[in-house]
Amino acid sequence: MPRTILEPRFQVEYLSILDSEGNLDAALDPKLPPGDLKALHRAMVLGRRLDERMVRLQRQGRIGTFAPIKGQEASQLGSVFTLRRTDWMVPSFRETAAMIWRGWPIEKILLFFAGYVEGGQPAPDQHDLPITVPVATQLPHAVGLAYAAQYRGDDAVVMAYFGDGATSEGDFHEALNFAGVWHVPVVFVCQNNQWAISVPLKKQTHSKTIAQKALAYGLPGIQVDGNDVLAVYAVAREAVDRARAGEGPTLIECVTYRLGVHTTADDPTKYRAEEEVRAWEQKDPLTRFRAYLEKKDLLEDGLEQRVDEEIAEAVRRFEATPPPDPLTVFDHVYAEMPPHLRAQRDELARWLREGAATGAEAPETPPRATPMRGQRLTRR
Amino acid sequence: MTAPAMTKLNMVKALNWALLQEMERDPDVLILGEDVGVDGGVFRVTDDLQRKFGSQRVIDSPLAEAAIIGTAVGMALYGLKPVCEIQFSGFAFQCFHQIENHAARYRLRSQGRFHCQMVIRMPYGGGVRALEHHTESEEQFYAHVPGLKMVIPSGPRTARALLTSAIRDPDPVIFFESKALYHAAKEEVPEEPETLPIGRAQVVREGRDLTLVAYGAMLRVAREAADVLQAEDGVETEVLDLLTIAPLDRETIVASVGKTGRAVVVHEAPRSFGPAAEIAASIMEGAFLHLEAPVRRVTANDVSFVGFAREKANVPDVARVVAAARETLAF
Repeated sequence: MPRTILEPRFQVEYLSILDSEGNLDAALDPKLPPGDLKALHRAMVLGRRLDERMVRLQRQGRIGTFAPIKGQEASQLGSVFTLRRTDWMVPSFRETAAMIWRGWPIEKILLFFAGYVEGGQPAPDQHDLPITVPVATQLPHAVGLAYAAQYRGDDAVVMAYFGDGATSEGDFHEALNFAGVWHVPVVFVCQNNQWAISVPLKKQTHSKTIAQKALAYGLPGIQVDGNDVLAVYAVAREAVDRARAGEGPTLIECVTYRLGVHTTADDPTKYRAEEEVRAWEQKDPLTRFRAYLEKKDLLEDGLEQRVDEEIAEAVRRFEATPPPDPLTVFDHVYAEMPPHLRAQRDELARWLREGAATGAEAPETPPRATPMRGQRLTRR
Repeated sequence: MTAPAMTKLNMVKALNWALLQEMERDPDVLILGEDVGVDGGVFRVTDDLQRKFGSQRVIDSPLAEAAIIGTAVGMALYGLKPVCEIQFSGFAFQCFHQIENHAARYRLRSQGRFHCQMVIRMPYGGGVRALEHHTESEEQFYAHVPGLKMVIPSGPRTARALLTSAIRDPDPVIFFESKALYHAAKEEVPEEPETLPIGRAQVVREGRDLTLVAYGAMLRVAREAADVLQAEDGVETEVLDLLTIAPLDRETIVASVGKTGRAVVVHEAPRSFGPAAEIAASIMEGAFLHLEAPVRRVTANDVSFVGFAREKANVPDVARVVAAARETLAF
């Protein structure tokens, strides 16, 4: 009755293709055609510049609190790039760049963060779930979508996004477990940005990697340099192809860094050192991809300007949105409005009419946005 | 016209019929939960369905309530119509976030692009000598959540018809099944599928002196109390079977109390902030000038659980309902 080592022994791989200076490991080059490389670069630039624009819009009070993506463009775009339109994308709340890639209009995203429920409405043919705020709770939805696709005999793949903090939630573990048991076509993309608001990864888990958590559920897990868009693309391609071929789910851990605030209501100087941020700025996903494209002579002149114009157009469309009609809040609670909601709607309508008749003025500025989970309001 | 063919069934078998017939009718209907397959559920409501429809359609899920509901939400977003079984309603707090944060909200959050056509079945209530978390009544939590429908049948025929309606309903339905009623009585159930409108109460006994409002296992208590009041006091009691807790059928309640001027509401759930409070408020709003007495509540006490050795003293019974009715009539 000896103590023996069980087979198989597990291993977790790490992949990096482009170093922080933009030098390519040619043996690992996924060999994307120039058009794809340019499209990825453009989407990364758009993601970064929209993010910066949104921070200013929030500071000016034109949108409410939101979660910036700065530093995570490669993790999002390298992965979402591998999806077909008929595949499904399941975001958390920090996937602006991936959402735009999937076809969400910028003005709709701005509407969402300006407190309009209309911002959460995907287009009729769009296979994207809206933003989910409660951490990790979207992951079982992704597994259910994948089960349904398999049940119907569709060849759709589901890609679900979440952060390092989400891996402490029960829903993460339950989702991976169900995905493993059901062997469904889902790809879990963890954007390990090192910080869950103020809590660093080492206080989130005692595991050496997040990728290895997959092994407990009988699925492959792989860690990738999340600031290297080619490496993220390569592992996502493999995972999506496996899923589509009926070979089951994968967990991808993108090692990246949140260069900005958790949300615009957060002040990271309270919990992390400036030197740490500086060090990660040296590994900026945009800088290295730009350097790589420059060497390949694939940089487009005037790209930033064109992207800024696209953003400005979207901001104009967003700001031309008519004021919200308070009475539409009852429209989508049930398929058919029950009597008590009809009564409440009539009561509100009457109040709004009578309020106007008594000369009560509508407030000039929208109410102050409340912070997202765990946030303090700051005056900045 | 010939009378429809009827079969005498208990509530377990009646529910099983509803599932069987809806699965035969619609390939998008599937079942998932703990032990629902080979075992047919711990109360046998899904008995034999896995053998008929296969393990892809009657899914023995891993033991995790949040993922049962969470994955069902995903299936529903894709267009399937999952019927989930939570083994006991006392365990549903481990999936309450998926119900409240997602199943109930997806239609609103996506502005109608997505919705969750799903049923969440749970055995609830006492009377079966069971342990903590196996005897509670928690309908008030779900009734309070906008976007959910909350249904509680009172016997085999209403159970079969309402489960059929719930499966066909485009909104998420929480479907409570009284454990005490599972094997309590048999009723004639039509062999052809039958539905009942969700959101409508039934007047199961007409009267002009007093309204008794009840649902689930408490309906039998209310009916027996009405018999006692008739026999001993000559009082004509109107009995309402609520059937749907939310959206509440205020119209039927208000119409009845408008006629009788007196109401007693009975439920197994703890009193404070329970369904009886909402019913009493609705009567105040809709029938205030008809009221001859304050609305009375006969409910469990505001304690989380008592253990089945003391259960009888905590759950409403016929004598207590009769006493409350007499006080209301004498007010």
